[in-house]
Amino acid sequence: MSDARLVVSASPHLSAPDSTPTIMWSVVASLVPVVGAAVFWFGPSALLVIASATAGALATERLFGPGGALRDGSATITGLLLGLTLPAGLPLWMAFVGGAFGIGFGKLVFGGLGQNVFNPALIGRAFLQAAFPVAMTTWPARAASWWSLRGDNLAWPLMQARTPDALTGATPLGLMKFEGAGTGLGSLAIGATSGSLGETAAVVILAGGAYLALRGHLNWRIPASILGTVALLAAALHGLDAARYPGPLFMLLSGGLMLGAVYMATDMVTSPVTNAGCWVFGVGIGALVVVIRLWGGLAEGVQYAILLMNALVPFLNRATQPRVLGARRASSS
Amino acid sequence: VGEARRALQLAEVDLAAGLARGLRSFRHGVHPPEHKELTAGAPIRRMPFPEQVVLPLRQHAGKPARPVVEAGDRVERGDLLAEADGWISAPVHASAAGEVVEIARWPHPDGSHAPAVRIAVEAHSAQAPRPRLVPRWEDLPPGELVEAVRQAGVVGLGGAAFPAHVKLSPPPGTEIDALLINGCECEPYLTTDHRSMVEYPERVVLGIRIMMRCLGVERAVIGVERNKPDAIEAIRGALPRDLDVRLEPLTVKYPQGAEKMLIEALLGREVPSGGLPMEVGVVVQNVASVATIAEVFETGLPLVERIVTVTGRGVRRPGNLIVPVGTRLRDLLAACGGLRDDAQEIVFGGPMMGVAQANLDVPLCKGTTGVVVLSEAECKPAVAYPCIRCGHCLDACPVYLNPQILGQLALAGRYEEMSEHHLRDCMLCGCCSYTCPSHIPLSQLFTLAKAAVRRRERDGAG
Repeated sequence: MSDARLVVSASPHLSAPDSTPTIMWSVVASLVPVVGAAVFWFGPSALLVIASATAGALATERLFGPGGALRDGSATITGLLLGLTLPAGLPLWMAFVGGAFGIGFGKLVFGGLGQNVFNPALIGRAFLQAAFPVAMTTWPARAASWWSLRGDNLAWPLMQARTPDALTGATPLGLMKFEGAGTGLGSLAIGATSGSLGETAAVVILAGGAYLALRGHLNWRIPASILGTVALLAAALHGLDAARYPGPLFMLLSGGLMLGAVYMATDMVTSPVTNAGCWVFGVGIGALVVVIRLWGGLAEGVQYAILLMNALVPFLNRATQPRVLGARRASSS
Repeated sequence: VGEARRALQLAEVDLAAGLARGLRSFRHGVHPPEHKELTAGAPIRRMPFPEQVVLPLRQHAGKPARPVVEAGDRVERGDLLAEADGWISAPVHASAAGEVVEIARWPHPDGSHAPAVRIAVEAHSAQAPRPRLVPRWEDLPPGELVEAVRQAGVVGLGGAAFPAHVKLSPPPGTEIDALLINGCECEPYLTTDHRSMVEYPERVVLGIRIMMRCLGVERAVIGVERNKPDAIEAIRGALPRDLDVRLEPLTVKYPQGAEKMLIEALLGREVPSGGLPMEVGVVVQNVASVATIAEVFETGLPLVERIVTVTGRGVRRPGNLIVPVGTRLRDLLAACGGLRDDAQEIVFGGPMMGVAQANLDVPLCKGTTGVVVLSEAECKPAVAYPCIRCGHCLDACPVYLNPQILGQLALAGRYEEMSEHHLRDCMLCGCCSYTCPSHIPLSQLFTLAKAAVRRRERDGAG
């Protein structure tokens, strides 16, 4: 019985089975079906775009991040999520640049994992939207065969993409906003529409979110409050003027709302730590989404709604501190 | 299956938060794996007397005791070795007959070297019973009853080792209307309270009767976590008809046995921040302490032995043992078959709040509830990741602190700001560290911060 090998550490001497990498990789795992749905609808282009965005994110994290940071899985999530917000026909080099920008300027400049204010995937997307507005809003229509590319994926960097007009189609939100045309709810739920890669599989995304929420890797209050707010506001407006405002189900199932509510807004680093804060955060995102979609200049508002609320998170955290057990209530002091 | 179970447990936390009153629990907290199966069915057995015992003068909260013996003195089991120094202090008695070898510094379970009385135990001694040292309780008025408890050196046996007589003498003007008995034993692995309730329910009830007389209260409630059905049954079978004593089963959750949580669960009262249970009319005492008070009056011997759970995958023969106070860890482990090859960490107390030991010569004290020998597989991982602001620590903290902010401030050394974030209310239960997926040692940071704040306050005042 030698004393030499004893470990001495501070209490508690046990720890819960979850660790930061297991949480991150389970998010990655839950995204696999979503990627699968994207590939099902958009063919090899989907895989290529998502892979390029992820490669950009990973390469940047590897080059400029702390050693071994790839193992925690967070850069993989950023890459996958960014890829899922892109159009299938995007030139691959743009997707790569988006991933690199998201990790570099959305995360590493703040100090790496846990330090960033804004969701890195959305920073990458916002950059792409500002830099390549045409490519980012060129939505491919149904292709001739599953195997054909959905646009000029292989364009050389900084060369004009050769996308023939005949291949493009508008997203359901674009149709609604600019042409006043509706899209069937069934098509929306399963993703048989035009749009970004992850815009198109509401049911698969919800299933992934449910899995994460059950494992405690996602705060269910955020998607619940976002989706609830959008549904309530949309229902109220639809009730006022059904011709002008679409119904709640259309609003819920169209665009990037599902992906945003379930996977982007729930990013632990950039969402509030208090449960009360999460409710406010979610309601704010939901309200902004409705405002931007219905009255803003853009067809889709999820990205900016989340980024705006990200900026408010430190304030929300401070404003929603729970009352310490046994503390005198504020009024008496 | 493990994952599904964990998910269900998490769902239960949320449910409990919504229905806190209905489920008889508190909000927040964590569900560490219990591992009580190692010793929950093991009857309490007596360990043979070791060759020597080492009795530290400080085995309780408050001032260390003052020695009244010298090297070379011969002592009988139960003799006074050191007397209490002031009101918040407790005497120390010889736990075995023998000769005082020395009074010198010796490794202490808190990690320091502290003065202790070392006794060479007489070989082949009968350690015989002897004339009663503690008076009979039946004839004593409350004041003398408390004094007898004090003379017997009884302290809280649940871990904190707060002198029992102090809790039994509320300051004048304090209205106490309920005595709460803590039978939760919410620390994983430990089963001493559990086995005491199963094997000595009458003793527990007698202890409650004596304490109720000391305090002059009409009502006592025993809180036991639902995972001990045999203990609940045994205690219910022994409840007296002439007293208002109830047993209340509680949700299995850590730290259900913390005083504030127990009071919230059983009475729905909130102890003011920085205050004591007495301020809401409650005295809380742990089952082991209650049983010891009864035992002291039954046997007439002061507190010289206690029940200890020796457990964990790193020890060969886990069990619940009656151990003389002052037994060295080395001798206790030998009585339990010794360590396995993969034993990695030895903890005094439970794994959530206990103190890891570096030296096998440390003695067991009055407040040592258990010895947990963790194997390599049971130990926590050593790598820490950056905080990802998941908020799990906020959902775990039973006093609703924000360990995430506190942790950041602690790492930056901003201790004054930590005080503004209610560092004082942290009871170091370890829920935040346990649940943190990045394995940030929050509890440890808060322990250091508290010490730093105390130091600064002292320096500022002086």
